[in-house]
Amino acid sequence: MRNTKVRDVILLGCFAVAAVAAPLLAAPFGAGYPDLLVKFAIFGIFAVGFNILFGLTGYLSFGHAVFLGVGSYAAVWSFKLVSVNILPAVIGAILVSGLFALAIGYVSLRRSGIYFSILTLAFAQMCYNLAYSVLTPITNGETGLRVLRDDPRYLDSAVGVLGQSPSLFGLPMTGWTGYYVCAAVLVVAFAFSVAIFRSPFGMTLRAIKTNQNRMGYTGFNSRPYLLTAFVISGMYAGLAGSLMAATDPLAGAERMQWTASGEVVLMTILGGAGTLLGPVLGSGVIKYFENIFSAYNEAQLGTTLSFLPESIHDGVVKTLSLFVGEGWQLTLGLLFMVVVIFLPGGIMEGVMRVFRVKHTPPVKSLGDSAQRDIVGESVIEEMPADYGAHPAPEKALAEAKIGTTAQ
Amino acid sequence: MTKSKIIVSRRTLLKTGLAGVATVAAPTFFIRDAWADDFCNMPKGDTVTFGFNVPQTGAYADEGADELRAYQLAVKHLNGEGDGGMLKTMKPLALKGNGVLGKKVAYVTGDTQTKSDAARASAKRMIEKDGVVMVTGGSSSGVAVAVQSLCHDAGVIFMAGLTHSNDTTGKDKRAYGFRHFFNAYMSGVALGPVLAENYGKDRAAYHLTADYTWGWTQEESIKNATEQLGWKTIKTVRTPLGAGDFSQYITPVVNSGADVLILNHYGKDMINSLTQAVQFGLREKMANGKKFEIVVPLFSELMAQGAGDNIKGILGTANWDWKLTDDATKTFTKSFGAAYGTPPSQAAQTCYVQAILYADACERAGTFNPTEVIKALEGFEFDGLGNGKTLYRAADHQCFKEVLVVKGKANPKDKYDLLEIVKNVPAADVTYDPAIFGGELGSSAAKKCG
Repeated sequence: MRNTKVRDVILLGCFAVAAVAAPLLAAPFGAGYPDLLVKFAIFGIFAVGFNILFGLTGYLSFGHAVFLGVGSYAAVWSFKLVSVNILPAVIGAILVSGLFALAIGYVSLRRSGIYFSILTLAFAQMCYNLAYSVLTPITNGETGLRVLRDDPRYLDSAVGVLGQSPSLFGLPMTGWTGYYVCAAVLVVAFAFSVAIFRSPFGMTLRAIKTNQNRMGYTGFNSRPYLLTAFVISGMYAGLAGSLMAATDPLAGAERMQWTASGEVVLMTILGGAGTLLGPVLGSGVIKYFENIFSAYNEAQLGTTLSFLPESIHDGVVKTLSLFVGEGWQLTLGLLFMVVVIFLPGGIMEGVMRVFRVKHTPPVKSLGDSAQRDIVGESVIEEMPADYGAHPAPEKALAEAKIGTTAQ
Repeated sequence: MTKSKIIVSRRTLLKTGLAGVATVAAPTFFIRDAWADDFCNMPKGDTVTFGFNVPQTGAYADEGADELRAYQLAVKHLNGEGDGGMLKTMKPLALKGNGVLGKKVAYVTGDTQTKSDAARASAKRMIEKDGVVMVTGGSSSGVAVAVQSLCHDAGVIFMAGLTHSNDTTGKDKRAYGFRHFFNAYMSGVALGPVLAENYGKDRAAYHLTADYTWGWTQEESIKNATEQLGWKTIKTVRTPLGAGDFSQYITPVVNSGADVLILNHYGKDMINSLTQAVQFGLREKMANGKKFEIVVPLFSELMAQGAGDNIKGILGTANWDWKLTDDATKTFTKSFGAAYGTPPSQAAQTCYVQAILYADACERAGTFNPTEVIKALEGFEFDGLGNGKTLYRAADHQCFKEVLVVKGKANPKDKYDLLEIVKNVPAADVTYDPAIFGGELGSSAAKKCG
């Protein structure tokens, strides 16, 4: 137990250091510029939150982008009506997306498995269409909701703050300062997710994933726990959405499209569902492909490969150019296939195998995790003594006693 | 150990908090040395980088591909390679064919996906990572408006590609944004008289409109123009961008009492909606004792190729067409044809011209400093770029030039000969007061990279 705690602190410390040094670490890959790193951080938060639901309970929500979109809209409205400070925007977005998650989760969680996924997908498409055309006065449709010069900003005008772009008490949310604010939020969000993983609540969620029927038979009502997990992960998505709006004050409906929901599923599976670091890595990989690989054109490829002999140079460039630029999704698809076939546990499984961490049984099916994160194992073995099924036998014992005396 | 204890507790929280504070304080440490410049992305060394941000996927991907071809051609011509293209016909011309201000032109590309989010991400990448001094391209007004405001805030000039919404240089105009393409208002003014001539003054119109800024303003402009002729508007229906299947929107048209269908769609959307409207037999239908007609206020050669026979006899407007007979158009069509084997689309022409105009303005200003370049572009009058005498109006950064009214050709000679020019509406007829759309340009002061 001690051991786990120390390791968690080390993990968090390394994570924070990596977040601070990210501009230097990412530079060799051509990713060391603020906008992309901001995306890493924001989608990292989104995936970490999604993992709390999918990784822990195994409930695959296929409509999580709704909460991202709702968070964005709430944040932009806060910039328009309240203040350009991101604090009210973030808090408002978390609350609003939490409410949405409560409503959608309450209905969807009445079913499990594929039915649950379909229900969440249906809600997501509904919300997307509402945002796209029906609720145009609130969402501004396809054009997207923007912060305008003549917005009221009641709080700002009351205290006499000028300025139209989002900031944190005067710290601008663009460029590097924007990244460091997002990175700080990511570290906190990650720490909170570690806390959930290690808590009895997290254990209950894992139990639901392992065998929900058995939990039912032991008299455990799992739905409140599921709903809590759903709302928490919805709030994570809302937080990510509000940061997206803060770093780039424009909220569009396409953020809620099913492709966006699918993307976070891919991120989590690619990185490793149910692991702590996996989702963050997965989101990084996908965003890297989308932003860097998609911009690599044939001419650049030609210069990079200019060391090749003349005879094969053109052919190689022609072939490889299919996989970069417009073809980035092809490459991503191939990578995804490789991961799914050889490493069903995602990138994290690969990392585990390389470092030969013990107790890492190979994962059999997609999205499954044998709690393979470096420190997870021991928690499962050492369940807190006063938690879970323990009180039940005592009670049963007492009842049994009463029974005997009555006889 | 209590029941409700969350295992990562005070200590971790404190450490995390400290780490958070450290992360906020750290940025100054890593910020790259951008403060020595006079303005954002001041070109150093012997190259200057342009950013070509075009849709490579999505409903407008065909236009995007043609735009990119045009930009690559423009870069060649600016660097003095190839046959020089419209640099030979442009008047006045400051460019010398040795790059811009002695620096070779390099470029980076990005995919807007015809989505505001993706387009802004791509533009940000170009500005922050690739250090572009100008962003150009795009085939959707929603994207153009979004990218324009981003570029304005970053202090990088945006030369809009294919964008036809009134808002781009109307209520959403920005000092750093410039548009060569015409707009919906001009389409309405140019198309109105031709519609009256062909279809009479007593008509009832039904609009299907792409549901975003361009669709809205085109619907409004065409509605105003046709209602002035005496037409009635039966109904206006908004359809989502990239819908694919329009049958659910077309079925109600048949019995609505309308006798003209106006399709405010572009790209693949227009190809789909027009094809389906024709398949529903709308063009053979009689309504109100008149033959049913379809009007597509904005269309292009590329869309005509996609729509095939369905486009024949359909009226619309265009910014430019490769069959114009002036020297500049001939030169450009020849040079584009030699490079790619097809005639250029209007998207290609407007993008080529935008790149050349920006480069020329830098050459005239003698610097890449955006404030000076903006000054050089504002009020600039030029000729020999395919649209006759053209003015870049200072008040709203909109170009004023001839507008073409076109019709789908009944008997095309080959697969590129699809449109015939019905009327050439002079610039004076489509010029309007910039105040009617509101909006303000904002400051053109140079900004440092943030």
